[in-house]
Amino acid sequence: MPDDAPSLSRRTLLAAAAGAAGAIVTGREGAAQGQTPGDPTHTPGARPTTVGRRSGFEHPERLISGSAGGSSRTPLQDLDGILTPSDLHFERHHAGIPRIDPSTWSLLIHGLVDRPTVFGLDDLKRFPTVSRLHFLECSGNGGVAFYGERPPDRSPQEVDGLLSTSEWIGVPLEILFREVGVQSSATWFLAEGMDAAVMARSIPVDKAFEDAMIAFGQNGEALRPEQGYPARLLLPGWEGNANVKWIRRIELSDRPFMTRDETSKYTDPLKDGSARIFSFVMDAKSLITSPAYPERLPGRGWYQISGLAWSGRGRITGVEVSVDGGGTWEDATLQEPVLPKCTTRFRFPWQWEGDAAVLMSRATDETGYVQPPVATLRDVRGPGTRYHYNSIRAWTVRSDGRVIFGGDR
Amino acid sequence: MTRPGARVGWLLALGLAVGTGWVVARPGKGSVPEEGRFGFGRPADSAEIRRLDIDVRPDGRGLPPGEGTVARGRVVYAARCLACHGATGREGPYDVLVGRVPGDAFPFANDPRIPSTVGNYWPYATTVFDYVRRAMPFDAPGSLPVNDVYSVTALLLFWNNLVPEGIVLNRSSLPAVEMPARDRFVRDNRTGGPVVR
Repeated sequence: MPDDAPSLSRRTLLAAAAGAAGAIVTGREGAAQGQTPGDPTHTPGARPTTVGRRSGFEHPERLISGSAGGSSRTPLQDLDGILTPSDLHFERHHAGIPRIDPSTWSLLIHGLVDRPTVFGLDDLKRFPTVSRLHFLECSGNGGVAFYGERPPDRSPQEVDGLLSTSEWIGVPLEILFREVGVQSSATWFLAEGMDAAVMARSIPVDKAFEDAMIAFGQNGEALRPEQGYPARLLLPGWEGNANVKWIRRIELSDRPFMTRDETSKYTDPLKDGSARIFSFVMDAKSLITSPAYPERLPGRGWYQISGLAWSGRGRITGVEVSVDGGGTWEDATLQEPVLPKCTTRFRFPWQWEGDAAVLMSRATDETGYVQPPVATLRDVRGPGTRYHYNSIRAWTVRSDGRVIFGGDR
Repeated sequence: MTRPGARVGWLLALGLAVGTGWVVARPGKGSVPEEGRFGFGRPADSAEIRRLDIDVRPDGRGLPPGEGTVARGRVVYAARCLACHGATGREGPYDVLVGRVPGDAFPFANDPRIPSTVGNYWPYATTVFDYVRRAMPFDAPGSLPVNDVYSVTALLLFWNNLVPEGIVLNRSSLPAVEMPARDRFVRDNRTGGPVVR
């Protein structure tokens, strides 16, 4: 053996020890300090952990917006596929996130029922359970794409980040309604939360017999507190606000209750001087999530245009993409699974020649509804209407490769 | 239930229960729960229903005994509401509560700058009581005594020129207040299909 063998050996051991220590201190710190990992094939890797973390090189984050921290937006540009990691699910709260002990939580169902009943969480979980993939979207999502001039410096997260998709696990509301004996005169029910706003919405009973559920699980585990832990109402395809979180009470009635959040809010004024009330369903919509602001295309060549399409009325049957500002449209590929009332990922290969281009997507759902241009939506509802901004979105690729929001008229 | 859809759905649910191996064991009788019910949960007693049943409906159902005045409303408002809604309910920084539109027009779809207020947009006066009691003041929701909720409601209705200053607001006078925008609200006529509405 060479003379320096022992010291070499010692150096190797020290390096290995340093590597192990570095691996334990994973996450943001390491990357932030600009440490470059050595060759990972020459040092043992990190040990298993009880709870995993993202790579220290990945930092998707929600963007907190609105007054009093009332909402946060999903980083759509950082995600692919259709599922939203639970810790990145968008938030919209009306008086913050309550802290609820599941052992003392219960759901009361009363009103026009034969047997007013209190269900604990364990009771709920004994019923036949279902799990389904559905999107949730705030009906105020995307206002920036509707009103006036579109600011160029808006990302998918800023434009439409009040949209997320999860696998929801729970008991069909129909089963609970059978259990308590909902009376035939009951046509509406009040769903009321246990938060500081005691958020309450009136829901038609028919929705319970269609596909509503009381969800207690999300993506394989318990609901996150931000999504209504320990249980929430889930109304597939309907505006987020009606999907009451932290639900504590359901009251059956023969008429709606006319709460604040279904009269003074979440109603859609129309240009004929009326306002749409109980406008629950989210119509078909799509958004290109890449390329999008603040990306910059490094040069001409092939790019994948990719995005999400969804409809509260059922399945997406097609997404068309335009690269010339709506002059011509071509079918994008819909990636399986294509599920009702769920986001669908679409992809479209595109060769960029280096000239300015305006990228758009246009979704069609199984009812034959086609996502309209913003001019159409403004025309039928009025330029000052509120909620349900599902018009076509556009991104402009400038000749220098920079992508900015807007470009449609 | 008499809904055909409900029956089909229930059969599906039972089928699901069977198909997923969920079993209500009754020896020799298969896996269907007795009388179509599982028997989970416990009966609710009337006291706990009363404690949680706080909603107030447009016909006044749910309004508690008690009463309020504009004078008392000014005191409560100054102490608990003014910081968020301004000296006269028009200044913000949070929701603008006071203001009418000339001729009680309803121009909101044509001009997004016009704030929707209790006076020009809310269809039912009872909703003010319901919302203040359940969710206000923002930093201490549910803390106002019933008479103070009536009083703040009276003040907001008075500031919107909907009731006289001498009003005594209670469970009979509140539902009788007619709101200018009540008949503006129409049911959703979007149905899917090719027509954009």
